[in-house]
Amino acid sequence: MTALQRVFGRNAAYILIAPAALWLAVFFLFPILSLLTTSLSDPAGNPVTGYTLTWRVQNYVEALADYWPYLGRSLLYAGIATFFCLILGYVLAYAIAFKAGRFKTIMLVLVIAPFFTSFLVRTLSWKLILADNGWIVETLQSLNLLAEDGRLLATPVAVVAGLTYNFLPFMILPLYTSLEKIDPKLNEAAADLYANPVQRFWRVIWPLSLPGVVGGTLLTFIPATGDYINAELLGSPNTQMVGNRIQALFTTVGDYPHAAALSVILMAMIVAMVLYYVRKAGTEDLL
Amino acid sequence: MSLAEDARRDLRLAGLTKRYPNGFVAVKSLDLVIPQGSFFALLGPSGCGKTTTLRMVAGLEGPTAGTIHIGDTDITHEKPFKRPVNTVFQNYALFPHLTIAENVEFGPKRRGVKDTASQVKEILELTELTEQAAKKPAQLSGGQQQRVALARALINRPEVLLLDEPLGALDLKLRRAMQIELKRIQEEVGLTFVHVTHDQEEAMTMADTVAVMNEGRIEQLGTPYDLYTNPHTTFVANFLGRSNLVKGTVVGREGTGADAVVKVDMHGTVVTIKASRVHTESSEGWIGIRPEKVLIQPAGTPLDAPGNFFSGAVVSEASYMGVSTEYHLRMPWGQELICFEQNTGRRGGLVAVGTQVDVSWRPEFAFLLDSSQDAGAGIEEE
Repeated sequence: MTALQRVFGRNAAYILIAPAALWLAVFFLFPILSLLTTSLSDPAGNPVTGYTLTWRVQNYVEALADYWPYLGRSLLYAGIATFFCLILGYVLAYAIAFKAGRFKTIMLVLVIAPFFTSFLVRTLSWKLILADNGWIVETLQSLNLLAEDGRLLATPVAVVAGLTYNFLPFMILPLYTSLEKIDPKLNEAAADLYANPVQRFWRVIWPLSLPGVVGGTLLTFIPATGDYINAELLGSPNTQMVGNRIQALFTTVGDYPHAAALSVILMAMIVAMVLYYVRKAGTEDLL
Repeated sequence: MSLAEDARRDLRLAGLTKRYPNGFVAVKSLDLVIPQGSFFALLGPSGCGKTTTLRMVAGLEGPTAGTIHIGDTDITHEKPFKRPVNTVFQNYALFPHLTIAENVEFGPKRRGVKDTASQVKEILELTELTEQAAKKPAQLSGGQQQRVALARALINRPEVLLLDEPLGALDLKLRRAMQIELKRIQEEVGLTFVHVTHDQEEAMTMADTVAVMNEGRIEQLGTPYDLYTNPHTTFVANFLGRSNLVKGTVVGREGTGADAVVKVDMHGTVVTIKASRVHTESSEGWIGIRPEKVLIQPAGTPLDAPGNFFSGAVVSEASYMGVSTEYHLRMPWGQELICFEQNTGRRGGLVAVGTQVDVSWRPEFAFLLDSSQDAGAGIEEE
């Protein structure tokens, strides 16, 4: 009999799970059910009087038909941002894990430091950085990389840049954690066994860092897909993502059933993609 | 250089030096020739520079000065993945994400060998790992992992195989078995093995030639037998086995050639030491004698004493160890000497503590070391 069983009796496990289960029931299960019923309700109602559940699957068809470009943009922007996060984050995490020496802690603190300011404020400051009369735009114009009347703000570039910036730490930290665990001796062993630097990376370092790659891309891609702040502040109506649409449907249009249907579609898509990805990467046991 | 010598692929280190950026000199102008096909051990305490030397041969660290040759090929600045040298790492450094077979074929694959299957099969048989081929390293025992590390290096048929404390992580029993196993494999494949260890017994049982290293230099190089029976420095005398070192004054040298001896006054008794075993020019020295060469007999009973003889010693301590007994003898001048006596049963018991004993040893076993050296050098802290 373990110590826990002595205190809680035979049902120790259930008693210990109970608080978390209750929490999830109230704050996860109930909202999800509410979302599902709303998504299947008659849109004829309104937020004040409520909606009647009529099992109207048509909501989903309409939501997809009307808003598929938003879903597409979300996946595209989030995908590109995740890709850039992976490249930037991998290089930085590698440097922190293997090359930083005594600066390791400082560099890690710097990675986390942006969390001390609000997400909103940081995104707003990107508005200044990418402004039409900002130094980046002017430099690009003087180098003829951007047309005289060209701009960055209100373009997909700005939205992707904002997403990349905002979610980079979520990529770096899991990557750092798995890179840091790799014994540097393995790299030496590979060198000793005739692997050149490129082979050492792809045959040893990369496969051993896969748990971090999977973790980091999920932590970046999932919130980036649902994000609407970057598209709202840095984009234009033409760069709106699915999050902007859902927010608008709930708050300004007041069409709860279609907003709920769109949310469920987004959720289902992400779950399906994650499952496929994790299976493909073959790292279920590493997550 | 003759043609025959040209063909030999000895590992030659010349003036090899490693100075770290913080000023610490790990290896001090090392000159060493390791003959092709030999089992060579670099023996020394931690921090003596033996691992640094190995890493420089492997190419994992660059020397500050000096050269490394295999035969006539200069490999001093060659990249590690281009050297005909492989390493068995301390703690093995097996690739955890690859199976045993994949670990073993890693080297051949990188060198572009097309069909590795037969080579892998052969080497796994040699190291008795055939059953484990599809397993991951974490599923194997320490001894099996050790053999994988060996197989992974050996499959490449390197000209020189470096072993960095290869048995350090194993328990004593397994270590003994692996010592024999390694020796067998080396004889079977006939490659040059360079074995780094701090375990003197391991070095002595396995290697043909042992270089004892201390503070970045080689103290002495020779066969295990030579090193043990005729140490040249107090460090070697203490690091390999144990030694009694007694202060003595040289009183004269007699004879010539092989019969030359040196007479040394040892607290009033003159002892003779063969000139070939005298390693000091000065008038004072440490007279060394191995504990198992020291014979004792209770005072008044006859003692087989063909050589150097002392009376007036008292047994101050007796530790019975089954095979043998370790006696501590307090000599008239106050020093304690150690004596190991085989328990042959001839005595019918132990010599009791407090017994007065006579002490003797055969003159051919003694050696004389430089008195300026520290008599405590090389004694390992437990």
